Amino acid sequence: MSASRSYDIVIIGSGAGGGTVAQELAPLVRDGVRILVLEKGPRFADQEFTGRELEMADALYQDGGAFLTRDGTMTLAFASAYGGSTVVYTGTSLTAPLRVIRAWGVPGLEHADLTRRSAKYAEQNNVHALDDPLINDNNRLFVEGGRKAGYLVEQFPVNVQGCRGSSLCNLGCPNQAKQGTNRVQLPRAERAGVEVVTRAEVLRIEPDRTLTVRVSQKAAGTKGAPSEWAPGDYAVRARIVVAAAGAIGTSALLLRSPLPAPRSLGHGFTCHPALILVAEHPRPITNDVGHPKSYFVDHGASERFVLETCMYFPFVTAKSLTGFGATHSAIMHAFPRLQMILILACDHVASGNRIAVSRTGSPIVHYRFTPETIDGLVRGTRAAARIFFAAGARRVHAPADPPLLETADADRLEERVTARHFRPGMLAVSAAHLMGGCGMGRTAADSVTDAWGRVHGLPWLRVADASLFPDSLEINPYLTIMGLADRVAEGVRRDLAVVRD
Amino acid sequence: MTLSSPVFRAVATCVVPEASRLDAAQWDEMAATVARAIAARPRAMQRQLALFLILLEWFPLVRYGRRLSRLDPARRTKFLDRLQRSPLLLLRRGFWGVRTLVLMGYYGRPAAAAEIGYRADARGWEARR
Repeated sequence: MSASRSYDIVIIGSGAGGGTVAQELAPLVRDGVRILVLEKGPRFADQEFTGRELEMADALYQDGGAFLTRDGTMTLAFASAYGGSTVVYTGTSLTAPLRVIRAWGVPGLEHADLTRRSAKYAEQNNVHALDDPLINDNNRLFVEGGRKAGYLVEQFPVNVQGCRGSSLCNLGCPNQAKQGTNRVQLPRAERAGVEVVTRAEVLRIEPDRTLTVRVSQKAAGTKGAPSEWAPGDYAVRARIVVAAAGAIGTSALLLRSPLPAPRSLGHGFTCHPALILVAEHPRPITNDVGHPKSYFVDHGASERFVLETCMYFPFVTAKSLTGFGATHSAIMHAFPRLQMILILACDHVASGNRIAVSRTGSPIVHYRFTPETIDGLVRGTRAAARIFFAAGARRVHAPADPPLLETADADRLEERVTARHFRPGMLAVSAAHLMGGCGMGRTAADSVTDAWGRVHGLPWLRVADASLFPDSLEINPYLTIMGLADRVAEGVRRDLAVVRD
Repeated sequence: MTLSSPVFRAVATCVVPEASRLDAAQWDEMAATVARAIAARPRAMQRQLALFLILLEWFPLVRYGRRLSRLDPARRTKFLDRLQRSPLLLLRRGFWGVRTLVLMGYYGRPAAAAEIGYRADARGWEARR
């Protein structure tokens, strides 16, 4: 160990959860409470967001955005940066559906309370619906096609300020328009005296509340600022620890720590497995300019899928198409005429889908597609194809055999798009809504934490990220994470008050 | 087995036919991108990939009497198509991985992005006016 440090509160992770907790606890600094945020990723300067696909993916995402599940049939995208995954999301801001929170059945967690807290952050992060002139053709066609095809199309509120429409949200906004924790909550926390240390990975948490932290050196030629601390290993003592390293990061950290954690730790992983579908229009449309994700169709309750507008970059688009060769190339060369839809399956907790760690402590995600999840993707693909055709697309590229659906296929989608075309390993399924692993519940027998994120049996340890979700949220999760993190911060304040008294 | 090996080139030109028109410098750029991606992966995965490329090269010998890199493009395509539909997850996944690397190497180049008409720009709408 190169050094020992001591803090009252240590927050692990700086994304939607960690950033929120840091901001909410920051006023305590005035009373002499020492608060530290440890972030594994680096802090990027504004000018480092170039929008170049591979360069930014390598810099911002774990494994370049392609963290593989154990059986190699799905990639998971999560960021490692000051601001966590809020740096790379599109800023789509929805509050948790009542039916989902009811179905979670967490004693002490009320939908109204979560909604109220989420609304606070929606206001803080400038969440609003984009004005019509800022909507591009890719989104407009989704609205037109969706309504013609009989779907209820809704507009996403987004948390942007001064959006110039670069369409590069998922590579980190080059114009700093997206109001993630890196733009709002963390700077506020730092101004109030919270210390944020980047490139600082927490290797484990000891039962005596000592954290083993490794601070990495900035490699030559890479993006991001050097860490605020000198590279090396540190022993950081804390009175209260808040783990907010994301579903995978938090679960893996607790699993490799010698703590008496509940048995269900790591279990209950869900992720909204997603497919990107493209369709070709007869003439060019505006697609790679403008906010990429402005509308959605929610069939989560009835058919286990949600459709969202999207627009991705050349490599991600190429890998998402089924097949290869001339047909694949022809679609890629039609890029200026492509409309895109993201299909998210509303998966649910399934036995065996869990986060584990290797012998060296690295996270391993076990995930198998249930027939219900595949069915959600199949139904979602058919719905997306209906919308594409209703919007005037002349052909749709989808998991089918052959993979091009022509307008004549529009009436026989049930026949052309079936579960046999969705075998794992045949198509590029990815996920970015990583949830579960430290689910909330009543006791250690059925969950990892209580409704306030406190780990059962370890009152000094709280969790404040999407790992708290006891099941899939069925919508984009960040506002719900912030709402839950707000509760965690309140719990920490209560704990501190009790200690003082 | 390296990225300049005949089998990788054979798969790459099958997955992206335009890759056969790349000059030496462009090919090097593509190979360097793929090499960086592989280097960032765990050792075990690197070994699996190298082994899979060897299998890819020799598998067709059983059916077609020739190695993959010696097959004509039509047979090569047919063989790879069978792999991606294989009932064995191991083969489907292996091909999916190699295919992904090829697509990353090819479409990750700024020149390829321009060639397909991808025009995203940090200035957004302003750049289109």
